[in-house]
Amino acid sequence: MSVAAITETTQYLTFKLATEVFALDITKVREVLDFTALTKVPRTPDFMRGVINLRGSVVPVVDMRLKFNMSRTEQTVNTCIIIAEINLDGDKLVLGALADSVQEVIELEPGQIEPAPRIGTRLNTEFIKGMGKRDDQFIIILEIDRIFSTEELLEVHEAKAPAA
Amino acid sequence: MDIELGQARQTFMTESAELLEEMENVLLSLEKNPGDADTINSLFRSAHTIKGASGILGMETVEKFTHLVENLLSNVRDGAFTLTSATIELLLECRDHTKTLIELAASDAAVPALTEIKEAGLTERLSALLVKKEEVPEKRAVKGPVTDTPESGRLSSTDAWHISLRFGPDVLRSGMDPASFISYLGKLGEIISISTLFDSIPGVEDMDPETCYLGFEIDFKSDFDKKAIEGVFEFVREDCMIAILPPHSRVESYVDLIRDLPEDTVLLGEILVKGGALTKTELDEALSLQKSSEAASDGSKRLIGEIFVTEGMVQSDIVDAALEKQKKTQETRSKEARTIRVDADKLDGLINLVGELVIASANIDQQAQRVKDAWLLESASSMLRLVEEIRDTSMKIRMVPIGETFSRFNRVVRDISRDTGKEIALEIKGGETELDKTVVEKISDPLMHIVRNAADHGIEKAEARASAGKPVIGTIRLNAFHDAGSITIEITDDGRGLNKKRILEKAIGQGLLAPGQQYSDSEIFRVIFEPGFSTAESVTKLSGRGVGMDVVKRNIEALRGSVDVESVEGSGTVVRIRLPLTLAIIDGFRVGVAGSSYVIPLDMVVECVELPESEREGNRSSYINLRGEVLPYVRLKRYFGLEGKDARYENIIIVRYGSAKIGLVVDELFGEVQTVIKSLSKAYKEIKGISGATIMGNGEVALILDIPRLIEAVERAAA
Repeated sequence: MSVAAITETTQYLTFKLATEVFALDITKVREVLDFTALTKVPRTPDFMRGVINLRGSVVPVVDMRLKFNMSRTEQTVNTCIIIAEINLDGDKLVLGALADSVQEVIELEPGQIEPAPRIGTRLNTEFIKGMGKRDDQFIIILEIDRIFSTEELLEVHEAKAPAA
Repeated sequence: MDIELGQARQTFMTESAELLEEMENVLLSLEKNPGDADTINSLFRSAHTIKGASGILGMETVEKFTHLVENLLSNVRDGAFTLTSATIELLLECRDHTKTLIELAASDAAVPALTEIKEAGLTERLSALLVKKEEVPEKRAVKGPVTDTPESGRLSSTDAWHISLRFGPDVLRSGMDPASFISYLGKLGEIISISTLFDSIPGVEDMDPETCYLGFEIDFKSDFDKKAIEGVFEFVREDCMIAILPPHSRVESYVDLIRDLPEDTVLLGEILVKGGALTKTELDEALSLQKSSEAASDGSKRLIGEIFVTEGMVQSDIVDAALEKQKKTQETRSKEARTIRVDADKLDGLINLVGELVIASANIDQQAQRVKDAWLLESASSMLRLVEEIRDTSMKIRMVPIGETFSRFNRVVRDISRDTGKEIALEIKGGETELDKTVVEKISDPLMHIVRNAADHGIEKAEARASAGKPVIGTIRLNAFHDAGSITIEITDDGRGLNKKRILEKAIGQGLLAPGQQYSDSEIFRVIFEPGFSTAESVTKLSGRGVGMDVVKRNIEALRGSVDVESVEGSGTVVRIRLPLTLAIIDGFRVGVAGSSYVIPLDMVVECVELPESEREGNRSSYINLRGEVLPYVRLKRYFGLEGKDARYENIIIVRYGSAKIGLVVDELFGEVQTVIKSLSKAYKEIKGISGATIMGNGEVALILDIPRLIEAVERAAA
């Protein structure tokens, strides 16, 4: 996916991880929750922080900071869980993502978005859809389907599973 | 396609699937006892229903073909034609073909050339049979008015013809007027009495003015012969039901007619009048006699049938038949009213809601415990009890007997035994055992695989069996029964069994088992379920098992079940499948490990004991002495790689699955909980030791332990 694919004005939800601002396509976002107690599922990678009860369904929550090689998310009053709907091999999957704080919903025109830089980010550029520019500030627009593709979820599974 | 028709199609699909299933069963039972009139009738009805419905829905291919089948069946039913095993074979093939056609029609697909060729072949064979039948002298035509053979017993006293007439629903649409047939009939003789039957007219809102709902019972005096009278109805014969009884017919004919009449419960007397065996006056007399005897001082009410007999008005056979018919119609009617077809999605929705209700009421109970208000506690506990009842009842709605799935294998075994020239009998036991509908659906394929294997490879040829001193007919037994919260399905054959030595050699060769080790039988047989193990060639020939058994195991495990094999070489094999009763809600036992909650299915918990002091240091050994028994155990904290200090007192929960028993070391014991099983998100592929998640009263998520998998891991580690 590249910037070329973005042809119309789209709304994005922005949020912070550490000091950096990230954005998600609003159509992917279902709701934003306050932080609640998580139940860790054993034998899963660290960034899979656990599962929560979302009105009766069990929803996994991932720590995006860990996924992006930052330190583990610590709980503050601003910590939120963004509930997003992603595509996993053609199936819909509901997933929670931890964010240090949720900012606002913004609108970006295609012209305001530039391709991801090849160097200079801590993230795998595969995960970035583009860089939004707004008031001299850069916003990293995430390609959320890519971040949680099957390989990404499975890869770490096998590495972490301890011997029985 | 408009929605209404789409729905009608959907209904047709479900119904025809059921009808076809029934046809198969009926055909198979006819194979065992041919000539059973009731079964032939039901066969005919099935074919007829499919033909009619497919016609309405415009599935021409289906209609055309089933019409032929129906013709043949109608000849069989009329006794003009006897069923031979070859005919049954043909009918079975026709059934399969009809199924294919319906499936094709439903998906609006064109009929592939191969199917067309098959149809041409079947059509030819069907018509050949029909033509042959024409050559047989018409037995039925012999039943002329006076030609009724005297040896057939008593004759009825009426001297009039009796005609039972049920016009088909489309008579008016095809431009026929029922009245004109009757007035034409009047030209041939004298109509003594005519009664119109309105029974089948539906309520005003459902009535279609273009549909004919009428039926007539006519008594008719005439000198013409049966053929001429039949000729009157020439134009409507196709879609009407016409029965003509000549004067002085045999008693049996009346009995048959009474049985054949489609009408529901009618007063016994009226049936007899309709049947022409009695006149109205005779009936009235009988009725008044009954009244007077009621009034009499003895007070005991005489049955109306009895009166008829004692008064010598009617032969007792007729009365019996009428009574039987009355009883039967009542039975079928009450059975119909007792079942309703419900959309599975609606049911799933209900089960989901009940699940939520269980969680919510557990929450209220917890709050009540906290508040310690006596009234609140009381109402909370009574609500909890009711919710539990609702839970159990709604789970029962989903339960279906497994018998239907079992009986499907009759055909499989029959076909295999025909193809391979073996003689195999299928015995079914425990067909009434109920389990969750989803489980039933998903278990059918693995079962099919196992049964096929047993029939194809397990059972030997007749000669081989004879020389081994076994009965020539091989037996496959299907058995289902409940066992401690789970259901067990056994597939037993008395065939040649598994060749243990060959499996062991092969497994060592493939590196699945280590050479030089002592393995138990069950360990060796378990190898046949390993994915890499079976190469069809080398194993199937010798042991007769292996192809796709890993798929069988995987499917069963996906249902939280397990499978194992027992076999004695030369005398047979038992495959035992164990399945949970339901997939949705279970009673659980909550334990704490490293600060998180885990739930163990309560049925599997045997007891809890404190972990002995001597075992607490590290993991020196993984066995304890439980009242003289060796019990392997596992520390869940270590197994799951969790951090956290060991609790002051640790407990061992002893769990059992099948015949295996192990201990699980946990930090805390919380007690019983109602557990609604939720699947873990797809984000987690397969996690060893965890089978799902559940939401507790406080809204937190607890994980459900996968005991069978844990036992397997512990046994492996201990070996």
